[in-house]
Amino acid sequence: MSEIVKFTIDGKECQGKKGQLIVDAAADNGVYIPVLCHMRDLIPAGSCRICTTKVNGRYMAACTTPVDEGTVVENDTPELLDIRKAIVEMLFVEGNHFCPSCEKSGNCDLQALGYKYQMMAPRFPYAFERRELEASTPKIFLEKNRCIFCKRCVRVIKDDQGRSVFAFKGRGKTLQINIDKKLAANLSDEMAKKAMDICPVGAILRKEVGFVEPIGTKKYDHKPIGSDLKNIYQ
Amino acid sequence: MSKPIIATASLAGCFGCHMSILDIDDRILQLIELVEFNKSPIDDIKTFTKQCDIGIIEGGCCNSENVEVLKEFRKHCKILISLGECAIMGGLPAMRNGIPVKECLEEAYLNGPTVGLNAEKVMPNDAELPMILDKVYPLHEIVKIDYYLPGCPPRADLIWAAVVALVTGDELNIPYELVKFD
Ligand code: SF4
Repeated sequence: MSEIVKFTIDGKECQGKKGQLIVDAAADNGVYIPVLCHMRDLIPAGSCRICTTKVNGRYMAACTTPVDEGTVVENDTPELLDIRKAIVEMLFVEGNHFCPSCEKSGNCDLQALGYKYQMMAPRFPYAFERRELEASTPKIFLEKNRCIFCKRCVRVIKDDQGRSVFAFKGRGKTLQINIDKKLAANLSDEMAKKAMDICPVGAILRKEVGFVEPIGTKKYDHKPIGSDLKNIYQ
Repeated sequence: MSKPIIATASLAGCFGCHMSILDIDDRILQLIELVEFNKSPIDDIKTFTKQCDIGIIEGGCCNSENVEVLKEFRKHCKILISLGECAIMGGLPAMRNGIPVKECLEEAYLNGPTVGLNAEKVMPNDAELPMILDKVYPLHEIVKIDYYLPGCPPRADLIWAAVVALVTGDELNIPYELVKFD
C-alpha cells in the first residue's frame, strides 16, 4: 500500500498518497486547482501551465509535481490568480477563439476559466494567425483555430492497436494538431464523442449532431468551473 | 447638477449590442431620467454637440471611417466602454483576419458563388468609400478603453447594471450568469 503523506494547500491540512500528483491530491481533498491539459491517470503533459502553484516556495505545475510529507502548496493567492489569468489571456490571443460562433461555447474549459478569472479583454495583442479547418474525415471537424495544444486527444484517442488518431506536427510557432485520415475513417461514434468531450476547447467537433444542447443547459452556464470537482476530468 | 451625457456608436458590428441596450425594456424610462443622450443612433444625433461623460461603442475597427469615429469618441468622452465581442476582440468580422485583404475582396467580388450580378467584375472603388484595414482591430488596440462589457450581445441586465453603477457611483455586483462571451 502506498504511504500516506500530510501536506497543506493554502494552510488547509490535506492527506494524499506519496508521489500522487498535486492536482489529483488536491481534488481528493476538495480543493480545485484549474487544469486544461491534465487528466487523471494519463501521463502528465504539463503543457498548459494553468495549474501553476507555489510548491515549497517555487512555481511548479501542480499536474507534474508529486506530493510529499510536509509539502507546502500555495494555490489561491492574488499573485497566482493573476498568473493564471495571464495564461488564459495568452491562450485566447494565440488561437482564434470566436466564442459566439463556437458550438462548444458554454461547455468550453478555456472560456469557463475566462469567466472564472473575469477576463474582460486580454492584456496581450491578438495574433490572428491563419489556421485551417480539417473537415475531410467522416466523423469529426478538426478546427485548428481553437486548439490549445493540451495533447489530450493525442494521449487518449487511440485505435484498437493503440495507434494515436491525433498527432502534433511542427514545433513552436508552426505547431499544429493533425488527424490521421486513415485511422479517423474507422473512428466509432463513441470515440468521436469522447474526443469532442475531452477536448477542453472547441477544436474537435462531431459531425451531424451539432448544437444538441440548448443555451442555458450547458456545463458552465450557471456555475463557474471548479464548482463540481468530479466534472473536470480529474 | 446636470445629467451625465452618453454617446453611442456601432462600428464594425451588427447593431445587436444596440438592440441589447433597448432590451432593458421599460427601464429606458428610468434611463432618460438618469442621463442625457448626445451623438447616438438611439436619438439620431449625428455629430457631437458637446463633451460627453460616457461613450459606448459596439463593433471593432474594420475600415478607416471606424478608426476616425473611434478617435472622435475618445476625444469627446471621459469614459469609453467597449461593448460586446466585436469591440473587444474583433468578433465575427475578424474571422477574415488571417486572410490577406486581396484574397477576401476577390472572393467577395470576383470568385465567390454569389458574384453573378457583378457581371463586369468590378471591385468597389468609389473614392467616397472608406479604406478597408488590413485586419479588424479590437478597440483597445487603437485607443485607450476604460471598461469592457463582454457578450454577443452583452446581456441587457449587464449593460443596465454597468451604466447605473457608473452614473450613481455605486458598486457594481454582477452575477456569474451575466458575463458571457457568447
Ligand atoms: S484538439 Fe483539443 S484535445 Fe487535441 S490538443 Fe488541441 S485542444 Fe487539446
